[in-house]
Amino acid sequence: MTAVIKVKKKNREFLLKTEEMSGEHITMCEQCGICTTSCPMTEDMDISPASIIHLVQIGDEGVLDSTAIWLCASCYTCTVRCPRGIDLSAITEALRQQTLRKSIDYIDINSIDRKELEELPAIALVSALRKYTS
Amino acid sequence: MKKFPYYPGCTLKQAATHFGESAIASAKAADIELVEIPRWNCCGAVSSLTSDDLMHHVAPIRNLVRVQEMNQEGLVDNEYDLIVFCSMCFNVLKRSNERVREDPEMLKTINQFMDTEQDYEAKVNVVHFLETLKEIGWNKIERQVKKPLKGLKISAYYGCTLLRPRGIGIDDPEAPTIMDDFIRAMGAEPVSNPYKSLCCGSYHTVGDNKELVADRTYKIVNAARENGAEMIITSCPLCAYNLDNRQKETKEKYPEFKQMPVIYFTQIMALATGMEDRAGFNGNYIDSRPLLREHGFLEG
Amino acid sequence: MSQNIGVYVCHCGGNISDTVNVDEVAKYAENQDDVVVVRSISHMCSEEGQKAIIDDINEKGLDKIIVAACSPQFHGPRFRKVVEKAGLNPAMVEMANIREQSAWPHFNNKKAATEKAKLLTKAAVNNMRDMEPVVPEKMKIGKNVLVVGAGIAGIQASLDLADSGFNVYLVEKKPMIGGHMAQLSRTFPTNDCASCILSPKMADAAEHPNIHLYTYSEIESVEGTIGNFRVKIKRKPTYVDPKKCTACNSCTEVCPTLVPDENNEGLALRKAIYLPSHIAIPHSYVLDEDSCLGLQPIACGKCVEACEANAIDYEQKPKHISVKADTIIVATGFDIFDAKRKPQYGYGRYENVINALELERMIVEAAEGSPLRPFGKKVAFVQCVGSRDVTVGNPYCSRICCMYATKLSMLLKGMIPDADVSVFYTDLRSFGKGYEEYYKRAQEIGVRYIRGRPGEMYENPKNKKINLKVEDTLTRDILDDDYDLVVLSVGLEPSKGTKEIAQMLKIPQSSDRFLQEAHPKFKPVDTAIDGVFIAGTAQGPKDIPDTVAQAGAAAARAIRLMNKGEFEMDPVKAFVHEELCTGCGDCVDACPVSAISMAGSIATINPPVCKGCGSCISSCPTEAIDLKLFTNKGVRDKISGILEGKKSGENRVIVFADDMCTYRLADGVGTAKMEYTSDAYIVRVPSSSRVTPRILLEAFEKGADAIFIGECEKAVSPYPDTHGPIEMSIFAVKKVLEKAGIEPDRIIFSPFVTVMFKGFVGKVNKLAEMARKHGNIPEEKRRNLVKMLEEVDR
Repeated sequence: MTAVIKVKKKNREFLLKTEEMSGEHITMCEQCGICTTSCPMTEDMDISPASIIHLVQIGDEGVLDSTAIWLCASCYTCTVRCPRGIDLSAITEALRQQTLRKSIDYIDINSIDRKELEELPAIALVSALRKYTS
Repeated sequence: MKKFPYYPGCTLKQAATHFGESAIASAKAADIELVEIPRWNCCGAVSSLTSDDLMHHVAPIRNLVRVQEMNQEGLVDNEYDLIVFCSMCFNVLKRSNERVREDPEMLKTINQFMDTEQDYEAKVNVVHFLETLKEIGWNKIERQVKKPLKGLKISAYYGCTLLRPRGIGIDDPEAPTIMDDFIRAMGAEPVSNPYKSLCCGSYHTVGDNKELVADRTYKIVNAARENGAEMIITSCPLCAYNLDNRQKETKEKYPEFKQMPVIYFTQIMALATGMEDRAGFNGNYIDSRPLLREHGFLEG
Repeated sequence: MSQNIGVYVCHCGGNISDTVNVDEVAKYAENQDDVVVVRSISHMCSEEGQKAIIDDINEKGLDKIIVAACSPQFHGPRFRKVVEKAGLNPAMVEMANIREQSAWPHFNNKKAATEKAKLLTKAAVNNMRDMEPVVPEKMKIGKNVLVVGAGIAGIQASLDLADSGFNVYLVEKKPMIGGHMAQLSRTFPTNDCASCILSPKMADAAEHPNIHLYTYSEIESVEGTIGNFRVKIKRKPTYVDPKKCTACNSCTEVCPTLVPDENNEGLALRKAIYLPSHIAIPHSYVLDEDSCLGLQPIACGKCVEACEANAIDYEQKPKHISVKADTIIVATGFDIFDAKRKPQYGYGRYENVINALELERMIVEAAEGSPLRPFGKKVAFVQCVGSRDVTVGNPYCSRICCMYATKLSMLLKGMIPDADVSVFYTDLRSFGKGYEEYYKRAQEIGVRYIRGRPGEMYENPKNKKINLKVEDTLTRDILDDDYDLVVLSVGLEPSKGTKEIAQMLKIPQSSDRFLQEAHPKFKPVDTAIDGVFIAGTAQGPKDIPDTVAQAGAAAARAIRLMNKGEFEMDPVKAFVHEELCTGCGDCVDACPVSAISMAGSIATINPPVCKGCGSCISSCPTEAIDLKLFTNKGVRDKISGILEGKKSGENRVIVFADDMCTYRLADGVGTAKMEYTSDAYIVRVPSSSRVTPRILLEAFEKGADAIFIGECEKAVSPYPDTHGPIEMSIFAVKKVLEKAGIEPDRIIFSPFVTVMFKGFVGKVNKLAEMARKHGNIPEEKRRNLVKMLEEVDR
């Protein structure tokens, strides 16, 4: 039988760093899950928005490898619904930034078809570059 | 006509000139002369959400310094309400403005960053044009309507950045009405849409997640149709691109999908106030003109 | 006067001594003039501590006692009793609050905390030196109680009082008594029928010879104080004479007007003339004038014709009734959260999204054979709607929703055995006796509890089912299902009536807007207003057992006051130094409650009317008017204690804190271990309006670097407007400062309620920081401030 339950070392520093960068009190999350079914991207995510916070709470840096944090488009639906007033959008941004600040981009703009780039409005390109690249 | 400072933003000047043109016409109909901020710069399109990143607030704030200068130079007459049409620019400018208003230390630091500019005094109010219209009063706006769009069923698409987060958005984030009131003032009929503020996918339209945008477009447009809408209006150029141009990809993915015009609210206003020549109806991907002709709002 | 002062420094079992060096404080106290005994004791409030004081008074002849320990709000009454036991006047003890004001807020800085504790102790010694004994006056008190609200809390309190021989005026806004409980199906955790257990109590209350019941009535005004509340009640006309009405229902049958039935939460309609409920007490019909076609025989008049008993009288007018009450019990209850404030759940838009109270009514009416609407088979409960949710301003738990949802789930399963009932919760709270077992019973019969809070719901436009998506936060799966019925477990908010009575009686509200008890542990049914008690959900969400227990407690606390036939008045009252009074009469105009009159050429105070705010003091040009326990001299002595020996470069901010709000707030900040500047020294006053411009300027002369004046927000202040006199004083002081070339922003005024922790800390810190930036006021600038007061235009 293969073991499926993971035993991992957790890193409290990661929680503190993410709290500081996001300016959000992440330990305040009570894991009610309202963000998950408020989020318009949940169905395309690998882990749920509530899981993102939970993983940060327990200090699991594995969350940085999730696609979910990159799918968050800062629509703020979770922000306006969180019963504890936590801004999850700011947390996902802090998580993305922890990768981007190592100069690791999420997309390679050069790999996009030139014609397609020309068609895109400035607002799409600027926001994508701001969110996906360092 | 009262002169107001006006921030167009990149898209109104380039990819969506039909938004820019119709915006100026709409303002005129509301007895407002828009004075474009001299030497404005890109706001950055998205707000920087990390607490330690002040740098990205410099660009929005620099635009607000320009508004200060406009007042000093008499380009506008003691008018600190900066009118913005693009939902995303509005959100970014207002968020940066509110942050420095709440945090004088941050304002000081940002002023130090911009050492070649005069200090920003945090006096500017960033307002969305829909707020300006509401302030003027829907009754008064209604009186400017020369061609009421009677019988036209429109679904308001608010998107994200016009409404959220609380304190930045211009209406109740869960139950907005401002755009529906606008539609009514234009003589048209607002149609409810449960997905009126569901995110369209935003910048995921760039790169490999286009399908994700197409799925949202499918959901939003279909819901509008199910509720009886004939067209959708929006105030966000990125939403407009996703909901309009991406109907191509939507149709490819869902062959049964029926397309629907998605246009800017200002295009509707230009039409209703008798300035259809400035409505820029040739700028949209899905042509709204057949529908408007059918209703008799356009000739031919 | 002999001066033998004893100082007792408390360790509070480490609460103080872990931060404050208590030995240093004790040594410092020994060096103060007139201090003859100093002891340092682990727990001053213990038997040992109390005994030490009594023994020292008896054996060493102490006549004044300083207890350097916790807040006087906390143990003040205890030590007053202790010194009284040893034969001293209770005014002869003063507490230096070195726990809430030093050890706790400065836990990070032992040195600063110790220095501050020393000065607080010195200020207390200074203040005590010339303290005069105070003998509280006694007042007669009768046996009449006003009970506001006749839900289960008001009914229970009234019955307990009435059975004990007290005279009760029970006032209810609705045409029937019973409150929300009369609407309920069954009660947890016993599942006994709510109306079956409530009806006998309702009947007892209505029939009790000592209870005067006023239904369909509202309190118009309350004036006066404990022992003499003058209450005006307005009784709305029901247009039906209950003595003649035979409850035959003929009027209802002919009435042509239909309006939503409040008793059924609008799920059914009622006529304009109606019986409020079939269990209504008084069991009499009511004509609702807002929906009646016109109250004129010409407009309709059908009911008058139909009534054989001639019980209907269109000419009835509102009645205005005046009663006198000695004490008041407020039992004004709750309103349910309006789920329309969570638009994403579709309540009010989707027909199959209802609230739990509506389900209660559906169950009651179905059991009685007149179902209000279908139940469906697949039912979801959504918990915490309007509770534990900062987005609607209700961060608190409503305490009853977990159990009522459990009850309603069980009842649904009982009625519809194949019903599929799921409860979507965040945390399940089954705290009461028998509640955990009750929860287990629901699980046993198949109610599913799923941990997750849904984001939004959509109605299927075709079949009207409700699509609900929720993350099961335990498995991390998203459950996506259609439900026949979604029940929103709405939380509790203070009722409209609760908020109104709070304003009228000036009962402080806590941050959740419910009425605030005088002490969360030891005075849970008292309020800050003497003679006013609270019971039931007006104080906070609670279940029926707790409500009934609290109602009994409120009755007992009221009886405790009234039973003796007299009570001691608050000793803090204005008094006149007759030799100083010039008879100018300015104080007469300054008193907001008209407690001062002129007896010849001397001002006199009427103690029962005087509220002890001190607003009159500033008006007196000769300082002839003064306040007991908080005399001009005493306040000056305290300030001197804080400022004497201050070295150059040291920064001191004097914080005048009114007893009701700012002082309690500072205690709360200390208890929460929220740090603020140790430059701040709090001087307790009944109201900051007793601090005069002269005293403020003297403080600056003596070296204060800044002054912070805290006072209750008007709405919660126990006094009539004190802000006016405070603002006038500050205005005068600022003018003098400006004239003297001193930064006028060294004095600020801020109104507070007791929960503004962050506001208090932020403002005090900001002021201290600013004073530090300005630096000490140079000696030459502050020398003649008091003198200059006469030169400025006030």
